[in-house]
Amino acid sequence: MTSSKHVSNENHQSFLQRLNWIDWLYAIVLTVSALFAFKQYAEFMDIYEISFLFGAVILFSVLGWSWKPVRLLVVSVAAVSVFSTTLYHADLARIDQVFLLKFLISSQSAIMWMNVLFFLATAIYWFALATRSEFSGRLASAITWSAVLMGFVGLMVRWYESYLIAPDVGHIPLSNLYEVFIVFCLITALMYLYYEQRYATKQLGGFVLLIVSFGVGFILWYTFDRHASGIQPLVPALQSYWMKIHVPANFVGYGSFSLAAMVASAYLLASNGLLTSRLPKLDVLDDLMYKAISIGFIFFTIATILGAMWAAEAWGSYWSWDAKETWALIVWLNYAAWLHLRLVKGLRGIMLAWWALIGLLVTSFAFLGVNMFLSGLHSYGTL
Amino acid sequence: MTFSKKLFELLSSMRFAVSVLTILGIASIIGTVLKQNEPYTNYVIQFGQFWFDFFELIGLYDIYHNLWFLIILIFLACSTGLCIYRNAPLMLKELKAFRESASEKSLRSFSHKIELKSAYDKEETKERLLAFLTARGFRFKFKAQTDGSELIAAKAGSYQRLGYIFTHAAILIICIGGLMDGNVPLKIQEFLGHKQIETRDIPATEVPKISRLSVRNLSFRANMTLAEGSSANVAFERVRDGYMVQELPFTIALDDFRIEHYPTGQPKSFESDLVITDPELTAPIKKTISVNHPLIYKGIAIYQSDFQDGGSRLDFNVWGVLSATSKPFPLVGRVFGKSPLGEGADALQVEFNDFRKFNILNLSADGKGKPHNVGPNVTFKVRDAAGQAREYVNYMQPLQLDGKYYFVSGMRGTPQEDFKYLRLPADENLTVDGFMQLRAALFNKANHAEIAHRFALDAIKENDAQGKSRIQFEKSVQQLLGAFSEGGYAEIAKLIEASVPEKQRDKAAQTYIKIINGAAYQADLLVREKTGVKAASVEELVPGFLQDSLNAMSDLFFYGEPIYLQMTNYEQREASGLQLTRSPGKNLVYLGSVLLVLGIFAMIYIRERRIWFLVKPKAGAVVFAMTANRKNRDFEIEFEQYCDQLKKTLVN
Ligand code: HEM
Repeated sequence: MTSSKHVSNENHQSFLQRLNWIDWLYAIVLTVSALFAFKQYAEFMDIYEISFLFGAVILFSVLGWSWKPVRLLVVSVAAVSVFSTTLYHADLARIDQVFLLKFLISSQSAIMWMNVLFFLATAIYWFALATRSEFSGRLASAITWSAVLMGFVGLMVRWYESYLIAPDVGHIPLSNLYEVFIVFCLITALMYLYYEQRYATKQLGGFVLLIVSFGVGFILWYTFDRHASGIQPLVPALQSYWMKIHVPANFVGYGSFSLAAMVASAYLLASNGLLTSRLPKLDVLDDLMYKAISIGFIFFTIATILGAMWAAEAWGSYWSWDAKETWALIVWLNYAAWLHLRLVKGLRGIMLAWWALIGLLVTSFAFLGVNMFLSGLHSYGTL
Repeated sequence: MTFSKKLFELLSSMRFAVSVLTILGIASIIGTVLKQNEPYTNYVIQFGQFWFDFFELIGLYDIYHNLWFLIILIFLACSTGLCIYRNAPLMLKELKAFRESASEKSLRSFSHKIELKSAYDKEETKERLLAFLTARGFRFKFKAQTDGSELIAAKAGSYQRLGYIFTHAAILIICIGGLMDGNVPLKIQEFLGHKQIETRDIPATEVPKISRLSVRNLSFRANMTLAEGSSANVAFERVRDGYMVQELPFTIALDDFRIEHYPTGQPKSFESDLVITDPELTAPIKKTISVNHPLIYKGIAIYQSDFQDGGSRLDFNVWGVLSATSKPFPLVGRVFGKSPLGEGADALQVEFNDFRKFNILNLSADGKGKPHNVGPNVTFKVRDAAGQAREYVNYMQPLQLDGKYYFVSGMRGTPQEDFKYLRLPADENLTVDGFMQLRAALFNKANHAEIAHRFALDAIKENDAQGKSRIQFEKSVQQLLGAFSEGGYAEIAKLIEASVPEKQRDKAAQTYIKIINGAAYQADLLVREKTGVKAASVEELVPGFLQDSLNAMSDLFFYGEPIYLQMTNYEQREASGLQLTRSPGKNLVYLGSVLLVLGIFAMIYIRERRIWFLVKPKAGAVVFAMTANRKNRDFEIEFEQYCDQLKKTLVN
């Protein structure tokens, strides 16, 4: 009896029981690093920063435990970033003097590498789809992973660089359109990689990376045409802890809505007989679309609420019907309607796919269009 | 169906909710596209009188605070409330029910069911099935059937049903909170005519009672501007094209207002030192607020929202720029104050509008350079006796443009225009004096003969034979100077048009300009002699100075007023813009938000599933049926898994 119980229970061990020694080692490394950082910098940190530090340990442990590749990513990002910062000797001029910084791991170079790698991965994913080549698919995944690595390194080093400009200029790189677009590309790509593994399919890479490439295009335009890639000090309204959680939460939302829209476009192609034999089955695509939208919906809800709480502190009112807020509400209502139709009316298929695709227009208007065409209180970059 | 039943059906239906939401969405979009709460004159200019009136009637200029907008929200709240009322009991019942009354027949009609063969006797089979269920988090109930078989009814993830209740209750709560802060009672009072907005620009103390809101006002969002050293116990709530006066239960004084800057010149922080006095307090509260760090007292939150000038004291030298005077006279002004200038028909009034200590500008010609702080400026209007006014903006320090320094003053006739800038070149000491002396010398007709003479001597030195032509030359120089001092280059152009044949005009113009330049050089030397400054000529010290000066003098005739105000000193007094809000609905909104997040989590991540095992008395037969309230891909996968696992569990 006990033995048979064991058989039937093997998939039902609790989350913690399923962790192996690498998981624990990973968590210990994170904890020790945090303790070290705390010991070094405790005098500069306030209570929020301390809780952010240890909160991050918990967050990244759980993330790494739930999705194993994150462990390697976190450790590599940390290692490369720390290595990069040691090359600076606290002097920004060394970006142009040290070979590794100039061409590889200063923040601008790392971000340029991210851009190049994302473009490359997109092309290879399409190649893999066209030729049904399994090897190319694996190569494309690997390149996407390296793009993500370089992107995060770029952001971490940028964070460090901002403190080198002047200690009071230093801030987390989430404060203008340039930085936020990088975050968008990274989050969208990471979410894609997660589903790629979950659903064991690499055929959607070309679709999802298309929107990431669009983000990369924007970053390049912003860098070369607008010269807007420099680090700017924070205006008073942005000097808030809320920024650190409101902005990423929003971008998980935007990222997964974009992902859903790209999957929807694959769905529409496949249901019209295009690429049908190469793409995953329709019910898989449908399921993926639903999962992405529900994740996005939760994060977008949380982000909007956090935004309201921040607004309450910065502008004196949790809801001012500012253009950005109002469009966030419209995006939210749009996806609430989508979920209602699916869950309450049981609607599936082409109609919802079209809706998810068109939803991307609404979402991108809220994300970009508002900054371009409307005015409001949001002091985030204007174009 | 009775009418009220029908109404209930309608209001609680999803169709109705969707319609209301769509209207809400469209109205919100209009509000983001049409700029809200602009001065009404802007709308008139934008739309014309007819559409302006129409849009005002339907309240498009402040959509979100309109009565009809609030009514939509009320409908939304009702609809969601009724929806909960209608569905929640069912959901709660589902949450508790095990559906143990299912019959064998109904189980067999399920789409997801299989028949299993157990290798064990009934008791052992039952035990194994229960262990299977427990391991997967199912709860269960037994029911013996009449034929001796036993039904196990199990379920997991029932709390998904709470998700519905949480999300929809959350929306209801958020709507109620929002409506409380939207200040519905005030809207109704205004609608009924008990309250009225004030549109006149009068002191707060004179605003009549009908436009005053008492301290008991449930919710408000009002503004107050406090100059350093002043205090107030009322704030102003903007309503459409007017305002209402909100009385406060305490007095706020501003001790000091500070702006800190980054090294690049961008603002880093705005801070106000506030002192709150209240008869109920034994000692006043002293607190510094800043952006993102408000002060909350008596349920009223006080925020740093903006800043402006609080009546800085400004000192000026006034130069009569079209006359021959070489000395300025002093003028003292205050921001928001008015200073009279001159008398009689020529009397002017200077109205000071703003003073800014820091101005971050990008002065590089191609726009690629770095913006930096160029120092203080003052904005003022000069109004003539007829009431006509022009607006000016003057920079205190010379600005570096194209590598040279100029005192810059912008002028415009109406607020719609862009400023046109006058550039007065700075002299070698970076003051405006050099230009002013030169201007006075050139505009003084009494000097013209002397200047012309010196210039002629310089230009045509030699012998007597040429004496005649020199006198001729002197005369024409004098004539040119006369014309220039009356209207700048424009006047000289007129002179040319009147006296030179068309073909030779270009050439004449070039010659004349050379002559004026030469004369200006002589004028500069003359000035230097008179003031006793024995030095190199200004042109050697500041290349291009003479040319720039002549251009500036010529531009002075288009400057609008015959005076230039040179700021010499200032004593800054700042005013802090505070926003005061009382929003009793805020906590409700936050509570709703928490419920919303929990609810959505429950709905999406808890999956309600039900399992039935019908264990037959004989032959180890088991019917396994499974269902879920949402049958998606995960459910299909899980069902397959369970079938496999059950088969393993029930064999030896
Ligand atoms: C302001 C209006 C409303 C909003 C924003 C809203 C939002 C939501 C959300 C977010 C969900 C969850 C979807 C998910 O699983 O993620 C949901 C589900 C649902 N809503 Fe609404 N809702 C609104 C009004 C209504 C109304 C008026 C009804 C009444 C007919 C209704 C009926 C339902 C039902 C039946 C579900 C699914 C419950 C379930 O099967 O678990 N909703 N709604």
